[in-house]
Amino acid sequence: MISMVLRRIGNAVAVMVAVAFVAFMIFQFLGDPVQLMLNEQASQAERDALRIRLGLDQNFVMQFMLFITRALHGDFGISYRNQQDVMSLIAERFPATLELVLVSTIIALSIGIPLGVYAAIRKGSPIARLLTMFSMIGVSIPSFVIGILLILIFAVQLNWLPAFGRGDVVHFGSWTTGLLTPSGRSALVMPALSLALFQISFIMRLVTAEMLEVLRTDYVKFARARGLPNRLVHFRHALRNCLMPVVTMTGMMIGDLIAFALVTETVFQWPGMGQLFVQAVMFIDMPVMAAYLMIVSAMFVTINTIVDLIYLWVDPRLRQAGAARGYHAH
Amino acid sequence: MNSLTKLSLPGLGIMAALMLPLAASATADELRWGASRDIDSLDPYSYGSTFTISTLNHVYEGLVRYDDQLKIEPALATSWDDISPGVRRFHLRQGVKFHDGAPFTADDVIASLTRVSDPKSPLRGNLPAYQGAEKIDDYTVDIKVTENYPLILNDLTNILIFDKEWLVANNATAPTDVGAGIEGYATTHANGTGPFKVVSRKPDAETVFEANKEWWDKPRHNIDRIVFTPISSPATAVAALLSGQIDYMERAPLQDIPRLKQSPGIQVLAGNELRTVFFLFNRADKLVASDTGDKNPFNDAKVREALYRAIDIDLLQKKVMRGLSRNTGSMVAPAIPGYVPELDERIGHDPEKAKALLAEAGYKEGFSFTFVCDNNVYVNEEEICQAVSSMWSRIGLKPNLDTAPTSIQTVKFESGKFDVGILGWANEPMIDSYSILVQVAHSKTGTSGVFNWGGWKDAEVDQLIDSASKELDREKRLALQSKALMKLKQNVDFLPLHQQPMAWALGPNVKSVVQLSDNKSRHWLTVLNK
Repeated sequence: MISMVLRRIGNAVAVMVAVAFVAFMIFQFLGDPVQLMLNEQASQAERDALRIRLGLDQNFVMQFMLFITRALHGDFGISYRNQQDVMSLIAERFPATLELVLVSTIIALSIGIPLGVYAAIRKGSPIARLLTMFSMIGVSIPSFVIGILLILIFAVQLNWLPAFGRGDVVHFGSWTTGLLTPSGRSALVMPALSLALFQISFIMRLVTAEMLEVLRTDYVKFARARGLPNRLVHFRHALRNCLMPVVTMTGMMIGDLIAFALVTETVFQWPGMGQLFVQAVMFIDMPVMAAYLMIVSAMFVTINTIVDLIYLWVDPRLRQAGAARGYHAH
Repeated sequence: MNSLTKLSLPGLGIMAALMLPLAASATADELRWGASRDIDSLDPYSYGSTFTISTLNHVYEGLVRYDDQLKIEPALATSWDDISPGVRRFHLRQGVKFHDGAPFTADDVIASLTRVSDPKSPLRGNLPAYQGAEKIDDYTVDIKVTENYPLILNDLTNILIFDKEWLVANNATAPTDVGAGIEGYATTHANGTGPFKVVSRKPDAETVFEANKEWWDKPRHNIDRIVFTPISSPATAVAALLSGQIDYMERAPLQDIPRLKQSPGIQVLAGNELRTVFFLFNRADKLVASDTGDKNPFNDAKVREALYRAIDIDLLQKKVMRGLSRNTGSMVAPAIPGYVPELDERIGHDPEKAKALLAEAGYKEGFSFTFVCDNNVYVNEEEICQAVSSMWSRIGLKPNLDTAPTSIQTVKFESGKFDVGILGWANEPMIDSYSILVQVAHSKTGTSGVFNWGGWKDAEVDQLIDSASKELDREKRLALQSKALMKLKQNVDFLPLHQQPMAWALGPNVKSVVQLSDNKSRHWLTVLNK
């Protein structure tokens, strides 16, 4: 167990260094931040001087080495655009993104799983078919389209919900939450829904497929033969055995959503990390982009590890195999 | 991102027509501003952004400012006179207080000028002729500039004044240094003399301003609070305006203007900006990507004229710009000093003549070239370039359109890797045609010609600009500048298209705003319905 965790940490560091290297290679093609940082009136000498002060006259290997050296000291620099410490900028926005992602994941799980089960056990019924069709639409429509539609209906036409922003937030030290104020909660509804729609459809389809598989197995037949009530068979015996892939995918998806909630965040002007990253790309704010990518890759690696550990917990077979020869994830 | 931000809202007009009566949730004396972008910082000297400076102008003020006719008027300085060709004496306004209560004196002016002209300041270029400043007494300052430099007042409209004691107390006398990774107190705090104070700021979410009751000037506004919220998706901002969640947006999308106008209670103020959009040519010995071999056809004025004549500007104006741009033959807008009406006349649209000119120049079959455009700087920029590309194809040319975000294209422009390119110039913050002449039209010599991307050079134009830079008599100087602009026009050095449109939208709570062609929001002149 300990050796597995250690090996994982080693992998994580290697992955992050690789990500940083690739990121710096890509930065070379993003263009020139100096152009944006200075006013139209700035002279060529001023432009060159700034480029040198930022270290942009160096080739990307040198820039990369400098970044790594600084990062090892915990220094990710300050944003070109906001002129603030990159880590505190990201930390400031992290609660907003996490709150959005967690709420939409909870919505997705609590709607997606029951619907998935229903579609499996009532397979072929009109309602189940309708659900399958909707799930198809749900995975196909991009979330910004959903976002705009929601805004048109609930903000413009009905005037029930705010079209943008996060409402009032409550501070707990450096953490902020909108869940405790009425305006914060109403601001969360539309972004969370538009982010959750894909997840709902996805989880539902996953659960349906797995359930159909499990319902055909012998032990379910035996359970039925023993005369157990359907509710028990479906939810205790069948569903529990479907949950492994759901756990994996939800875990992966949380990572995905934190990293890529940026479209939803842009549509709703949600002050999260995605918004920050989009702005950073537009302004070629390299310190922010680099730090963001590092954090996201760290998060992915961590989530993968946690998912593996949950696997061990959910599936006893892996525990034994893991003890015998050191468990290795896919 | 771009496809997202350009998303239009089909059906929004219908929705708006069906809309329920708005619930007025704002108090009557609050202005909720849905801005197209956030300010970069609370420190006006931190990033070369006109938008940030003009927004922070609500909090900080300069020695002089533009009035509602775009003429320079006294602000923190009450009067000024020339002591010698290189020294301007400014008499400062007495009794002005910063938001923290400290009095405004000559020391504050010196500290601010020192800060903005620091070698590390990104806004140093806004004060190009500055040589130093000297305190004469508490309310008199001498500013030294390059001899006979005529535009110091224009430059000073954008140099916002800090309180010296506040800068010293918070260790912020030097600008923030991004290179060294040092943060600055002024990035997150503000203390100016202006009509509004900063109450709170959450980057990318909300910045709240409150009226400064102690302001030295008699307020024309009746606002108590401004809630400034950046909404980067135009579709969301339009929805927020229609649903009464914001009162003002300074960048209404062109395609939504007809729908906004039909909505009850919403006013749209459309006009033309100072920014003129034009095409420019690579004038090196040979082109970057062309089938013309070792020759550069653009060094022949006939070829340039052919490209000019191929552009159907009326069609462009009607279809691409939705009838909102102002066609022009001039490189500067009418409000820019140096403009004369003769400049404005365009060379007529005449595809046949264009073909004949190409044939005369020896390119009967046309030729290929690369046409570099950004897609996120000017209004409907990508569409402009696409439309013009096809117009050029119609006279037999083979333009290869290359569009990408400006950060990528600028690198190509600066390294001369383009054959035809696009540029827009507003002459900000100077509001004088000297800006475009020295930065764009002048050959690359010394500090001039930073935007001379194609290496064009005309000795006569250079000489006219150089003389203008030392001419203190305004009329004489503007005559020189007009002459230089006229010369560029005769040479067909550039292909001007239009002054681009701007559109502001106001909700029912706003009675009036002052919209000038510099497209800056000035809410100290805004009146709300009470």
